[in-house]
Amino acid sequence: MKGRPAPAGRGIRPSLREALHGYGFVMLWIVGFVIFTAAPLIQTFVYSLNRVTVEATGITYEFVRWANYSRALFTDPTFVELLIGYVIETLVSLPIILIFSMIIALFLNLDFRFKGLFRTIFFLPVVITSGPVIQELTAQGATSVPGITNTGAVAAFLAELPSYLRNPVEYLLTSFILILWFSGVQILIYLSSLQKVDKSIYEAAAIDGASAWESFWKITLPSLSTTTLIIAIYTIIVLSHFSENKVVKYIYGQTYAVEGGIGYSSAMSFVYFLVLVMLLALVFLVLRFRARERTG
Amino acid sequence: MRQMIRDHWRGFLFGTRTSYGLIFTTALYLLLIAIGFVYLYPLLFMFVTSLKSPADLLNPMVQWVPTELYMGNYVKAFRVLDYPKTFWSSVLISVVPSVIQAAVCSVIGYGLARYRFPGKGLIFALILATFIIPAQNTVIPQMLTYRRLGLLGHIAALILPASAGQGFNSAIFILIFYQTFLSLPKVLEEAARLDGASDLEIFVRIGLPAAVPAFVISIIFSTVWYWNETYLTVIFLEGGLQSLPMQLSKFVQAYENLYPPGVVNIFDRLNEAVKLSGTFLNILPLLVMYFILQKWFVESVERSGITGE
Repeated sequence: MKGRPAPAGRGIRPSLREALHGYGFVMLWIVGFVIFTAAPLIQTFVYSLNRVTVEATGITYEFVRWANYSRALFTDPTFVELLIGYVIETLVSLPIILIFSMIIALFLNLDFRFKGLFRTIFFLPVVITSGPVIQELTAQGATSVPGITNTGAVAAFLAELPSYLRNPVEYLLTSFILILWFSGVQILIYLSSLQKVDKSIYEAAAIDGASAWESFWKITLPSLSTTTLIIAIYTIIVLSHFSENKVVKYIYGQTYAVEGGIGYSSAMSFVYFLVLVMLLALVFLVLRFRARERTG
Repeated sequence: MRQMIRDHWRGFLFGTRTSYGLIFTTALYLLLIAIGFVYLYPLLFMFVTSLKSPADLLNPMVQWVPTELYMGNYVKAFRVLDYPKTFWSSVLISVVPSVIQAAVCSVIGYGLARYRFPGKGLIFALILATFIIPAQNTVIPQMLTYRRLGLLGHIAALILPASAGQGFNSAIFILIFYQTFLSLPKVLEEAARLDGASDLEIFVRIGLPAAVPAFVISIIFSTVWYWNETYLTVIFLEGGLQSLPMQLSKFVQAYENLYPPGVVNIFDRLNEAVKLSGTFLNILPLLVMYFILQKWFVESVERSGITGE
């Protein structure tokens, strides 16, 4: 790679030469991927099939086949419960984040004074959302909608609901602001793709007599469908990787627990990974299907 | 004349083709202020509570305006967090990996954007995969390796993955650089090549200057994300460097070491005001950075063209 290409290098086909130089630039990533992602991933999978004991002298493995997986899925009541809770919370949060960030982006795309100030406010949480900060704020009740959760009527209403409905609703009430706080990057992405929509289309539509309402549904929304897909996937990944995520915390806790161990937590990690991929696939298919319906 | 005045008023209130009108504008501002308040509520709550003295905390009459500016909570939180020391280790573990990560991602993004080679699609798929794979699926073997090498608790445990494009959210930064270099005109590169410049020289002389905004964005975002990251830092740095968020997550324990609950008087017991002071001290450096660099944060997406795909 260094210096001028050797005279001998001139003899080889240009396309091969280009490919080699390209690999030269990307090589570092390929090596890094093998060392820091692929190898640990495979190693974790090996852990998940074993009972792993770490001692001062070294690590001992005892092959147990799929026992860790069956324990996670069929014996451990907490894990499955947390996993279901995670899926529900993600599916509840996702549409809220998508709709909220789209609305805020539509507002901020208008022309008015102090736009910059509002942009600054709505992007602020991106800077400060770390696990311990969120944990402190939630513990002090600062993330629920002000004054709603404490009212007796709400508590009475919640008590009436069946538990499969109560959990999501309760989550919504206690963490509403938190959910909104995960919209910062999403607002920016929507905003930038709104600014890319060709203005002349709106003018043409207005001349044809379309109202602002109609042009929103017929022009703006369809042109945002790809962006929505990207944002949805990004949002799911961010929510799933967040260190305050209950499943993540449980797996982390089990890694060091006496009754858990590395083998068991590795198996849970893979189950969680699989659920995450299925969630992504589900959302991808739903949004892709809707996008095609709109354009088709 | 009267018709004109009426039209004027109607335009003023309900908007014309060129302006929104008073009603719409007022509604817009009210809505944005209301949402903005809800949005900032946790921060306001935190700030106000952190200024309350123990007497104010117990007094149900005191909601939003403390009776005095009580700085005692901050003094305690400052000591409990061991602020100067944890602050500098936080700076260290967020800035150093970020700069290295940005440099490496620029090289990778350049290679992906400017060269045609077989297997590129596969590499993109794998880059996306590194973004999706949860940390807990890869950290344990890494942690055990670092422990064997004696790197646990050392910043190298964060630098090593970052220097190979496998740091925290590296995939996003590779895509940012990819987009930046993709939009660079090919003509410049060809001209330089005719002048006999090597590929590396072209990257340094033509590629890098065009990527300055991408560098700024990558470094500041990555700094923020590394600063706030606790999952990786707790696993890789435990027993060594202590970042601010790490210290905050052990706040209760650290507080009771300094102010043993049986010994101190009732006003020095741990209360939510002290905890929230600690939380505020934790985010203060980021807030300062945000307000200084807000243009870069807020306009980052447009500048980096991340939605270009």
